[in-house]
Amino acid sequence: MAIVSSLSTKHLLGIKYIQKDDIETIFRTADNFKEVLSRPVKKVPSLRDVTIANLFFENSTRTKMSFELAEKRLSADVINFSASSSSVKKGETLLDTVNNILSMKVDMIVMRHPAPGTPFYLSQNIDASIINAGDGTHEHPTQALLDAYSIREKHGEVKDKKIVIVGDIKHSRVALSNIFCLKKLGAQVAVCGPATLIPKHIESLGVQVFYNLKKALEWCDIANVLRIQLERQDIKFIPSLREYAMYYGVNRDILESLSKKITIMHPGPINRGVEISSDVADSEQSIILDQVENGVAIRMAVLYLLAGQVS
Amino acid sequence: MARPRVILENVQFKLTIDRLCHQLIEEYQDFTNTCIIGIQERGVLLSDRIVSSLKRIDKKLKIPYGKIDITFYRDDFRRRETPLVASNTEMDFNVEGAKVILIDDVLYSGRTIQAGLIALGHYGRPSKVELLNLVDRRFNRDLPIQPNYTGITIDAIDEAYVKVEWDEIDGNDKIILYPFKKS
Repeated sequence: MAIVSSLSTKHLLGIKYIQKDDIETIFRTADNFKEVLSRPVKKVPSLRDVTIANLFFENSTRTKMSFELAEKRLSADVINFSASSSSVKKGETLLDTVNNILSMKVDMIVMRHPAPGTPFYLSQNIDASIINAGDGTHEHPTQALLDAYSIREKHGEVKDKKIVIVGDIKHSRVALSNIFCLKKLGAQVAVCGPATLIPKHIESLGVQVFYNLKKALEWCDIANVLRIQLERQDIKFIPSLREYAMYYGVNRDILESLSKKITIMHPGPINRGVEISSDVADSEQSIILDQVENGVAIRMAVLYLLAGQVS
Repeated sequence: MARPRVILENVQFKLTIDRLCHQLIEEYQDFTNTCIIGIQERGVLLSDRIVSSLKRIDKKLKIPYGKIDITFYRDDFRRRETPLVASNTEMDFNVEGAKVILIDDVLYSGRTIQAGLIALGHYGRPSKVELLNLVDRRFNRDLPIQPNYTGITIDAIDEAYVKVEWDEIDGNDKIILYPFKKS
């Protein structure tokens, strides 16, 4: 008989709040959806009676498209909302906005918001299942899942792999979710960046810290390169982008100086010539486009597994 | 209290599989433009057996053989407490214009086959689909679906449960009728 399985949670608010078994269930389900996405007709009817609202209070291109595509591939009905063209600008509170949307019989909510913790607040006040698509500098769980899934696909498994996250760790929700996810799967994790962009006490999460890019790359099997988040820097954390690129930009020269070939990842959007050079981003060592492809399968798996619990 | 009853086993079981194979050969001869697709998971145990028996009878036989999972097409998703985990789909060909022999072990409500037909449509438009079942529970149908090839017909009440056991997994080839569904 088919094995019955579900997640230990009704919402996906962050990787911190799910179990290792949940991650493995999501990966197994994503394997099946990857096969679905290779078919001539890339659509299954599983969520045909589910309505999902994508609430994006902050700009997004790839995550929003990836979620929307995943929802449509599962045959869900989708409504989209972006803060820039909504009543939020007219002074409506978040809870009022969401309750109004829920009265239109919406079952699940995918939400991105600039304020950390917003999905938690919502989950305590409404009935619908909530998927966090990024809350400020806090977590971005589906990105971490697709990153770990891409590592598993490329290297067979995540356990015992050495992964360094390079760049603006302080402002990055991708970094935090990645650390939680990779640690739960048994990987060794390090972060690397200028001291101003590494949060204090990050070692307490069980990660190593490198301030020298060459040493970090020499240590790792996989480097996940992050973007400098200019929009989250009220004060100057780095003297200039040019100086950052000089010390922390991953380029062909530094990769060729290493004793082994490492895998390069980037959650996008890429600032070519700043944190990563074009020839590295487009090289065979890079799995950046695989990450984007896997994003749809991972989001389908999360939506499918959570929708099973919608009453 | 009624006990489980063995309906078919050993030699008879094997003869039934061989008979189904001969019926297919009679209908399809050299199987030009024809493929076999088993439904995961239990249906694949039957289709594996059918394909290997066909190859034993006709040693030169080459036939595309796929395994399809219908978990994402089930009409009882979200009516269950928890979702089912899907099995692998192994389809390295598409079925556009082909004749398809769809295989499942027990035909009961017909809902699995309905889901299988929808899933099949996502690999192209077959010119014809025929259904082969080892067991046909003909009085328990929810949908107007009938098999083209049947191993054995079992008439039983709704509460009864029919299980096909396989040598590869259970150590014996058997069809067993249980008076009540196992909880």
